[in-house]
Amino acid sequence: MENQTSNPITPESPPQKKGKWEGLQLEHFSYDNTIVRNFAYATTFWGLVGMLVGLLAALQMSHPMFNFTEYFTFGRVRSVHTNAVIFAFVGNGIFTGVYYSLQRLCKARMFSDFLSKLHFWAWQLIIVFAALSLFMGYTTTKEYAELEWPLDIAIAVVWVIFGINMMGTIIKRREQHLYVAIWFYIATFVTVAVLHIVNSMALPVSFTKSYSLYAGVQDALVQWWYGHNAVAFFLTTPYLGLMYYFVPKAANRPVYSYRLSIIHYWALIFIYIWAGPHHLLYTALPDWAQWLGTVFSLMLIAPSWGGMLNGLLTLRGAWDKVRENPVLKFMVVALTSYGMATFEGPMLSFKNVNAISHYTDWTIAHVHVGALGWNGFLTFGMLYWLMPRLFSTKLFSTKLANVHFWIGTLGILFYVIPIYWAGWTQSLMWKEFTPAGFLKYEFLETVTQILPMYYMRAFGGTLYIIGALIMVYNIFKTIKQGRFVPEEKASAPAIKVQEKEKGGHWHSWIEKRPLQLLFWSTIAILIGGIIEFVPTFLIRSNVPTIAAVKPYTPLELEGRDLYIRENCAVCHSQMIRPFRDETERYGDYSKAGEFVYDRPFLWGSKRTGPDLQREGGKMPDSWHFNHMYDPQSTSPGSIMPPYYWLIENQLNTSLTERKIEAMQSLGVPYPKGFEKQVHEDMAKQAKGIQENLAKDNIEVKADREIIALIAYLQRLGTDVKKVDPQYLPKK
Amino acid sequence: MQVLIVLVVCSLIVALGFLAAFFWSVKDNQYDDTYTPSMRILFDDNEIAQKADSKEIQK
Repeated sequence: MENQTSNPITPESPPQKKGKWEGLQLEHFSYDNTIVRNFAYATTFWGLVGMLVGLLAALQMSHPMFNFTEYFTFGRVRSVHTNAVIFAFVGNGIFTGVYYSLQRLCKARMFSDFLSKLHFWAWQLIIVFAALSLFMGYTTTKEYAELEWPLDIAIAVVWVIFGINMMGTIIKRREQHLYVAIWFYIATFVTVAVLHIVNSMALPVSFTKSYSLYAGVQDALVQWWYGHNAVAFFLTTPYLGLMYYFVPKAANRPVYSYRLSIIHYWALIFIYIWAGPHHLLYTALPDWAQWLGTVFSLMLIAPSWGGMLNGLLTLRGAWDKVRENPVLKFMVVALTSYGMATFEGPMLSFKNVNAISHYTDWTIAHVHVGALGWNGFLTFGMLYWLMPRLFSTKLFSTKLANVHFWIGTLGILFYVIPIYWAGWTQSLMWKEFTPAGFLKYEFLETVTQILPMYYMRAFGGTLYIIGALIMVYNIFKTIKQGRFVPEEKASAPAIKVQEKEKGGHWHSWIEKRPLQLLFWSTIAILIGGIIEFVPTFLIRSNVPTIAAVKPYTPLELEGRDLYIRENCAVCHSQMIRPFRDETERYGDYSKAGEFVYDRPFLWGSKRTGPDLQREGGKMPDSWHFNHMYDPQSTSPGSIMPPYYWLIENQLNTSLTERKIEAMQSLGVPYPKGFEKQVHEDMAKQAKGIQENLAKDNIEVKADREIIALIAYLQRLGTDVKKVDPQYLPKK
Repeated sequence: MQVLIVLVVCSLIVALGFLAAFFWSVKDNQYDDTYTPSMRILFDDNEIAQKADSKEIQK
């Protein structure tokens, strides 16, 4: 492949001679800049889209009137925002940087131009379908893994294509030493593949609906094992790789300590993978698993800060350059944000800090220091450095880039400071008791109290977007004044290979055989498939540990799927932690055995609304009806969007039988033959709710979606309150 | 909590894979020289990068 592309460009290159001097010849080739440019365009485009959707979400939280129709409610918009920013903006940012730096670090063109193009277009296509499907309400509701199974498979395939293209390039490299950035890229590829496959395991019911292979506590553990490592291996390791390439390049000086970078790399990847359970502190997860997460999270501070300092100290003695060069400014703030986020992360993993921070907006502020500061600013810095080089010109306006830098930095501050404040306010208000021993604040008061902070957050986000728009203009003008260089000529001697051939190191054999490599890579990927079977075997042993906890009725199950479709878990947790304020406010603390039929689990990660774990029976059916139709009518000042379409829409019951069958095959103990009487069962339960509503003068057909949702809400957390008569003391 | 076994096994596979990669990298003399690699990345032999750099300096 190499020779085909290089020969036409450099016809004067010497003819290839085979022989013992083979390795010493200077080879001429060219770097593929087109793929880098395309990924850079995609990064910019999806970055803007992701930020604008984020702004919409911010406005929806301060003003519920921004919830337009059923497709653009906060629940759906929020998952589009997170997915767009993580996988579309940062994802394309990773590919931009990797495709540029890998070629140069390996002194080789990408392994396959075809795979590069396939990777690019398939990834963009997945993004479009992902956004559409999330707006449509096709979601698994597992955070950052919301996409349904067909898209999950597509992602896995494209990821493997990227991996083959990358590994192929590494194998045919002309530079013996693998620069530390490449190691970070490899870790990214391997780990994200494993995480994605394990967490996405699900049993499809239809093309757009599936049930997680794991239930309850187990599902929560898998999800946050994934969730935390997605942060680690999608938002961190690839960007650290980019940092180790682009910061030295932009400063034109070597990294502070190459030795430290190596230690940083190996320490970071070994520790990160165990830190996931810190997202589940004080939940129903076994205590020892929580402590495992805490301990490893604390250890993480060492490699994280090692890397941050290594990046910042690269600029030692060159801080005058930072004053003049906007690229470096962006990178310095990116590294500082990385340092702050990775200091805060371990602190939030202390159980006593987490008791305060969890379920509040503190988490939101924490992730935005990372997203806006670390990922956003490093991407901007990289683009400002890269685009003039791809177009063989200089940046159109350094001044505008500086304006972008300051507006962006102000944007970050106006975003995170109010949201930190909001988080602490929430937590303190939730936990405050009167001297008489009652909760001091209604939940709603804690929402209305922080609205001013939400206005400021939307303002900060707007500033950040204005900065990004200035960058788009600047880059557009840069492109206009330059001339694109699609093929960048380069030359390098091939690596000496004779030694290895004699010794016969097993790896050198495979290095020269891409087909065999493909084969073994597939085997490696199939290991992920084998892992699939293990949980399937384990499901049998997933027996309920609380006798009173029974499977959902078909109507409740349908209601639960509506709860998932509307992504209610984005704002409502279902996990009461064993703290006095929570048990006072919501009821008895949650137990692991209560979630054994929950696929997926719906514990949530944020309480913008109150916890719903023990909602069942607290309010009459009519209250729920009115609340869903117009939340402000029952809860004045509420920022929840109205869900009036639930009253208009007829419940789709065409899949109910298959859903029950799927649950049965996952080990849920519905009686034999139950799937045949689901419609009878549903009609009966729906009629009861309809009659209940009629008593409060609400006329509604029994086949509407709202009926199913009420059935589910009224069931929540009630099982453990029931006492089986056989356990009552005999008189 | 049977799924913990799955996660621990997966994590161990990944970690052991990295351990193997680490041993390979040491054996492959990847870390014999921990100075020049950091310098080498700064030298690109293509003209465009140099042109862009020199333009920055001129300004």
